[in-house]
Parts: sequence; structure tokens; C-alpha cells
Amino acid sequence: MWFTVLVAAAGCFLLKYLGSSIPKSFLEMPVVKKIVLLLPIALLSALVAVQTAGNHQGLAVDARTPAFLVAIVALRLKASFIVVVLVAATTAAALRHFGLAA
Amino acid sequence: MTHQEWIALRSDISRKAASIGVAVAIYGVSFGALGATTGLTIAQTQALSLLMFTGASQFALVSTIASGGGSLAAIAAAMLLGTRNAAYSLRMAPILKVNGARKILASHLTIDESTAMGLAQDEAVDNGRASRLGFWSTGLSVFVLWNLATLLGSVTASAIGDPKALGLDAAIAAGLFALVWPQIKSRYAAATALGGALVALTLTPVMPAGIPVLAASTVAFIVGWSWSKQGDL
Repeated sequence: MWFTVLVAAAGCFLLKYLGSSIPKSFLEMPVVKKIVLLLPIALLSALVAVQTAGNHQGLAVDARTPAFLVAIVALRLKASFIVVVLVAATTAAALRHFGLAA
Repeated sequence: MTHQEWIALRSDISRKAASIGVAVAIYGVSFGALGATTGLTIAQTQALSLLMFTGASQFALVSTIASGGGSLAAIAAAMLLGTRNAAYSLRMAPILKVNGARKILASHLTIDESTAMGLAQDEAVDNGRASRLGFWSTGLSVFVLWNLATLLGSVTASAIGDPKALGLDAAIAAGLFALVWPQIKSRYAAATALGGALVALTLTPVMPAGIPVLAASTVAFIVGWSWSKQGDL
């Protein structure tokens, strides 16, 4: 088991290190610069989508969906970060507590 | 930015970093408990949080072992989930500007939360000072709390209640979204965010975990390429 743990940890670290070791000259090419700028936006948006609507079987509409919509409203009303997070958590927790959503 | 403004911004960023650490830590307890019930020793579970330090990969490794997968399958699952961190460190490198030991530490702390917090700050503030503080404070806060939480979970072999009952899954998604929001400053960024989400959702029912999010990166390539054809930045 130690073999698995240590090799996987080393592999994950190398992936992180690799990204920060790409030559600057390559990153400054105009097209590369724009792609790199957009990469975290694509990945983080995808992550948010999967965290909101994905489950083991596929896609699901459950307590996370209204919680996410409430978070969008809070963001549009320029609520602070903590408020956005708390209203989303409260919405999902309340819907589950009262058995209104999974 | 005046000194007063910086002090206010600094405490705002630090507060956010601390709250992200606390939210993520509850999942750390779940991770520790899962490790302990999967047959990993306390030391092995802790080694994952200390040395791998990327939650999705850690859960992928432990779940693969729990479902009877072999060593290679577990390593592959962890690395697949960890691939997005390479894209994050690529983006963060010109902001962090680190070398040597600091580069090793910065790489280690490069995860969803630290990257999102770094990029949510205005890069123009003092030549990236706010972005760097967002990244480092969140990375360190999550690292410390994630590791303490892992230990608590593996030693007691129980999670603190169900994270879902507290709405934590929704809270973490909302928190990340709140950090992506300020990054959507152009129609190219908006197209990328929307396209990335759609690609991931379309692939989720038909692809194994990890692939849908990674596949969303193709949207950044397509939009970035057409953006450079337009010529304006």
C-alpha cells in the first residue's frame, strides 16, 4: 500500500510542478497566453457544474440546484463571499432537512 | 492602492482563506474516516493529505482501492484527477514568480481553492500582490486544516455528521463559483465558462469521474485560439 500512496503522491506533485516549469518564452506567445488565461476558467466552471449537478450515476437535479440558483442571485446582489457560501449551504441543508429535495 | 486600502483588502482575503479552509476541512474529516475504513493505516491516510494534497485525487485513490481496484488503477485515477493542477500552476507561475524551494512549495499548494482565490483577485493590484496573497493564504489555510481534519477523521474513524446534511457540497460549489465570477471579464471568458460547464455536464453521464472536467479544457483551447485570431486582448 505504501508503494501506491507514495507513487501516486509523487505523480500528483510532478503534475503540479510541471505546470510551473514551462518556459516563459512559450507562455508569452499570444495564442498560448490567451489559452492559459482561459484554462482555469474552463476547468473551475466545469468543476462547479459537476459539483452542482453530477452524481455517481450521471446528472441529478436535487437540493444543490436551488442552492446554486440562490448563490447566483446573491452574487448578482453583490453579496459578500461568506454570504454567498452561507445562503447556498443553508438552502441545501434546509431543503434536505425538511425532505423537500435529496 | 494606499496602505489603509491594502490592510483592508488583506484582512478580507485572509478571512476568505480561513473560511475556505474550514469548509474544506469537513471533507478532510470524511477523507480521514474513509481512509481508515478502506484499510489504509493512519500514517498512509495522513501521507496522502501531506504529500499528495489534492482532495479529488485522494478520494479517487481511496475509492479505487475500496472498490477492489489494483495499485496501478489507483495511481492512474489519482493522477487523472490531479492533471488539472498542471493547468493551474501554468496559469499561476507568472503571477507567483517563484523559484527553488518556494516553487516546490507553491506547486504543492496548487489546488482548486488556492488557484481560484488567487485568480479572483485583481491582478493589477500592486503587480499581483493581492493575487499572490489570495493563493498563498488559501493554500496554507487549506493545507493545515485539511491535514488536521484528516488526522481527526482517521483516528476517530468517523465523519463529523454528513457534509451533505450541512449543505457543504452546495457551499463548496457556490464558493468556487463566487471565485470564478470576478474572472469573467470578457465575452471570451464568459464563453469559456459556459462552454466548459456544458462540456463537463454532457460528458458526466457517459465518462468516468475526472474526464468530464478535464475535457472542458478543450473549450479554453478553442476560445483562446479564436480570440487570438480576433487580435484584441
